[in-house]
Amino acid sequence: MKMISPDVIGQRKESSEVASKAKMSARSVRVFYSEVEAIKGIDLDIMENEVIAFIGPSGCGKSTFLRTLNRMNDTIEDCRVEGTVTLDGQDIYDPSLDVVMLRAQVGMVFQKPNPFPKSIYDNVAYGPKLHGLARGRGDLDEIVENSLRRAGLWDEVKDRLDKPGTGLSGGQQQRLCIARAIAVSPEVILMDEPCSALDPIATAKIEELIDELSSQYSIAIVTHSMQQAARVSDRTAYFHLGELIEVNNTEKVFTQPDHHLTEAYITGRFG
Amino acid sequence: MSNETLSHRSIIQARVAKSLRKRHARERRFRVFGLAAVLAGLAFVALLFISILVRGLPAFWQATITAEVYFDPTLIQLEPRPVPREGETPQAFSEREIAWQSQLTMVNWNRILENSIIALKPELANSRRDVRALFTSSERFHLRDLVGNDPSLIGQRVTLDLVADANVDVWVRGNIDRSLPDSQQQLRPAVRALADELRAEGVLNIKFSKALFTNPDSRSSPASAGLAGAFMGSLFMMLIVIFLAVPVGVASAIYLEEFAPRNKITDLVEVNINNLAAVPSIVFGLLGAAIFINWFRLPLSAPLVGGLVLSLMTLPTVIIATRASLKAVPPSIRHAALALGASRVQAVFHHVLPLAIPGVLTGAIIGVAQALGETAPLLLIGMNAFVANIPTTPFDQSTALPVQIFLWQGNELRNFFEARTSAAIIVLLTMMISLNALAIWLRKKFERRW
Amino acid sequence: MNNLTLIAGLLMLMAVAYQIGLMRSRAVARTDSERMHSRPVYYGWLVALWCGVPALFVFGLWSLLEPAVIRSIVIGALPAELADMPAQQVSVLMNRLGHIASGFGVAGEVAPWEAAAAEQLTRLQAISQLAKIALMASLAMAGVLMARRHIRPSLRARNHVEKVIAALLAICAGVAVLTTVGIVFSMFGEAMHFFSFVSPMEFFFGTTWNPRFSTTGAGGQGEFGLLPLLWGTLMVSIIALLVAVPIGLMTAIYMAEYAPSWLRSVAKPVIEVLAGIPTIVYGVFALMVVGPFFASVGDMLGIQIRATSALTAGFVMGVMIIPFVSSLSDDIITQVPQSLRDGSLGLGATRSETIRQVVLPAALPGIVGAFLLAASRAIGETMIVVLAAGNSPVLHANPLEAVSTVTVTIVNQLTGDTDFASPQSLVAFALGLTLFVITLALNVVALYIVRKYREQYD
Repeated sequence: MKMISPDVIGQRKESSEVASKAKMSARSVRVFYSEVEAIKGIDLDIMENEVIAFIGPSGCGKSTFLRTLNRMNDTIEDCRVEGTVTLDGQDIYDPSLDVVMLRAQVGMVFQKPNPFPKSIYDNVAYGPKLHGLARGRGDLDEIVENSLRRAGLWDEVKDRLDKPGTGLSGGQQQRLCIARAIAVSPEVILMDEPCSALDPIATAKIEELIDELSSQYSIAIVTHSMQQAARVSDRTAYFHLGELIEVNNTEKVFTQPDHHLTEAYITGRFG
Repeated sequence: MSNETLSHRSIIQARVAKSLRKRHARERRFRVFGLAAVLAGLAFVALLFISILVRGLPAFWQATITAEVYFDPTLIQLEPRPVPREGETPQAFSEREIAWQSQLTMVNWNRILENSIIALKPELANSRRDVRALFTSSERFHLRDLVGNDPSLIGQRVTLDLVADANVDVWVRGNIDRSLPDSQQQLRPAVRALADELRAEGVLNIKFSKALFTNPDSRSSPASAGLAGAFMGSLFMMLIVIFLAVPVGVASAIYLEEFAPRNKITDLVEVNINNLAAVPSIVFGLLGAAIFINWFRLPLSAPLVGGLVLSLMTLPTVIIATRASLKAVPPSIRHAALALGASRVQAVFHHVLPLAIPGVLTGAIIGVAQALGETAPLLLIGMNAFVANIPTTPFDQSTALPVQIFLWQGNELRNFFEARTSAAIIVLLTMMISLNALAIWLRKKFERRW
Repeated sequence: MNNLTLIAGLLMLMAVAYQIGLMRSRAVARTDSERMHSRPVYYGWLVALWCGVPALFVFGLWSLLEPAVIRSIVIGALPAELADMPAQQVSVLMNRLGHIASGFGVAGEVAPWEAAAAEQLTRLQAISQLAKIALMASLAMAGVLMARRHIRPSLRARNHVEKVIAALLAICAGVAVLTTVGIVFSMFGEAMHFFSFVSPMEFFFGTTWNPRFSTTGAGGQGEFGLLPLLWGTLMVSIIALLVAVPIGLMTAIYMAEYAPSWLRSVAKPVIEVLAGIPTIVYGVFALMVVGPFFASVGDMLGIQIRATSALTAGFVMGVMIIPFVSSLSDDIITQVPQSLRDGSLGLGATRSETIRQVVLPAALPGIVGAFLLAASRAIGETMIVVLAAGNSPVLHANPLEAVSTVTVTIVNQLTGDTDFASPQSLVAFALGLTLFVITLALNVVALYIVRKYREQYD
């Protein structure tokens, strides 16, 4: 893998200076799959309105960590999480906290586009309907239109809102999934390799969209592509075998990594 | 972040929070429904098995009279059993043998039975009819066969377990309302009193009876009706299924999976087999009646025909199971064999089939178990006829275990045969569960992960 | 010599032929410099097959045709005044002649022409048997000699033998097809026979079922209206589905989505036990336990519930198909990709919301297919309804009353009495054909839907 050219890394410099307050904080988070420790004590903050990229070799725990942030690991049998994760200072693993509420605040976009086998409209309206966000049909129409506009999909689908979402192209499907996620107005959006199943043009569109969304949401993105991390993120966290090796400004990580493992990875010595 | 979005978010959070209680209640309700459905399923299984066990188990024990039987030589006037004489033709010998047998049968065995009780209660000497009513009518043949097999018994006193009449069994166990008026009782008052008396004296006991396992069906002597005939019928049919449906099914599966070209015709065969698996069993009975009975003129009620019908019925099951297990053998095995210069036939028979055997066996056993439990098609080829003999060949008249259950549940002597029906079900289910357990065991033992 | 010994003899001959082939190929291998194409066993097999297969073929054909040929010769030789006897009487006569010929003994005087015909029958049978044996033996010998002469290194014995094996396998695969053909033709033929007595209109649209007994004579023809039976079948099946679908579907959902693995591993096989229990057991269970229970509940509520009714039969049948519905639905639900569930849960949906609004709609086609298969099961089920439905072929809409179904009526009309001449028993085939067509249609549609559904997620 090539070194990242410095001009790419510069792209998000201006906005990265805005980030200041921590939106989510993880403290000594450990995750076990039955007896196997997949995450070995991670401390990490996700700032408000920043894009943070998680990179690292396969199986390093970056996706697992991402899933602890909205408790998607709950759905896996024998998965256990230790440590604390807070959202706006509130522990999300507190038993009194409602996971439904949490997931409404921390949305997620998955590796493979997974539109429901429903119409485009119903895909986007799904979340708002569940959570009772819309007051009447007009309200719902507005939410759907806004979300699709923000996902940059409105112009492409406005004439066929009643067609199944599965009929769209891969890139459109993924943007539909993003529209679906932002329709419930989350505060944080987690993206698990959102472009790994897409072609370069569709990828570029999603990256553009991430850039756009970062003005309103905190975004954590897991990616295999270092170029992508460099292009879209303000900060980059490097994971290795369940441990967080280094987290820093993206520019710093890609130009002067502190840790030799990070350097080895970004220079393509392993991956 | 602007204040506007902040307030927008708090509105949204409030709305989400508002919906939560209702949604969680709905979630809980849904979960409870699900659990209730599972529990209902389990409860049905439990109810079925418990009700059958409760009803059927007592039938393995029967009212039995233990008495000393005197093989009185004054009553049994019998010549010595004929032996072949020198120079005698077989016909002549068999004539003498038959004459002796009929002499044996002509003996008043009932009187000997009655005497065994009268010896205990001499006051009954004038109510022989009541005494005789205690015994099930086939016990006289029991005595006859004892003497027929061992004529030296004549003149001896032997203590025997004699099966009581079905109505006596029902009475002493209280399976009939004892307070019913005489007109609705199945036994005369004197016999009822006698039965109670003998019960109190320990002559009449509820004992384990092997009649259920060793005897064929009987109408004249319900207390001695057993499953042996039906069991043999079922056994013959299962053997026919094993020797017909299993090889033919496996061969078809091998052909379809390994040799058949993929074209419209094999597609059609495939659709055909899938649909054949779902054809109601009774249609196979109609097929058997029209083809085997009416066209080929095969005998009615014969296990041969039943076996053929059940074989056709089981065929798709075996084919589908075998194909599934052949499919599970990875293509790399075939490629490896072919690359070494084996022909396709050799690759299949030397390498693929042995690896698929556990699946094939499981499918075959499940098919056989299914055939064992099938009733409806057998009714249409006359296997519901009453058969009082144990069949010795697949051409003899016979019933089958499930058909025997059907016949017994319809018997007029309800309060006796209800238990007997359930007992027959226990026997059938035990056989089926053993077969299925065998299939599961085989699958577990040979399970292979690729 | 009966057929069994004939076949045994042929098998022995084949064993000898195998040895001949084996020895011959070894001898050839020694004298010929060229390498043999196949291993000796294949030459042995080839010779054995040449010995056995043609003879067996002749045997099969002969057995198939012999009775008809002999019969027609015997009938042809009967006195002229018997020439236009109705078909039914001819078969009675043939049975009688058969009994006379075998010395079995028959009722009544044996007329001289009968004795003559019987004698002819015996003679023809003997001739036929001898001819058959002679033909088979000569074919077997010829096969052995010819095959033996052909053994040389260039003979691809293995390929030939394998071709025969493949052909045998194909013939076996043909049996299943032949079964279907047999079902269709026998059903259709006998049903046509039935329709020569009763018009199809009367049968398919008649609302009265009252076949009368065949013993009441030819004049006492009954009414054969299918509708009451079809209605009964429908009523029982609907009740069964009303029991099985909710319980089976909810069981499948709970097992696939909620149950911890220990519960799944215990409850699943236990519930599947229900599928392995013979239907006669369910029938007895319905008759002895469920029916009386419903009747007493009815007494308590002050409504009249018959112990044997559509309700009893339908309920027990429903219990029987629970595992069928649940295991099919389970397969289909677990095929819905996890990513869809994640997508929904990630938006903050509860599990039940995810199931109801995402998983079930996605699985719907497959589940509908499963229901159709279950329905076809219910429609074709026999023993439960024979015992527990009460057998009352009357059109009424009360599920608490007794009904009769198509399957029950088939059993009633054909049990024990296989007189294939009266409409009373032939109607069973018309009913069977109806049943076959209905279940076939349901299955074809269901399998098509399920297959389409599977392809969607493959």
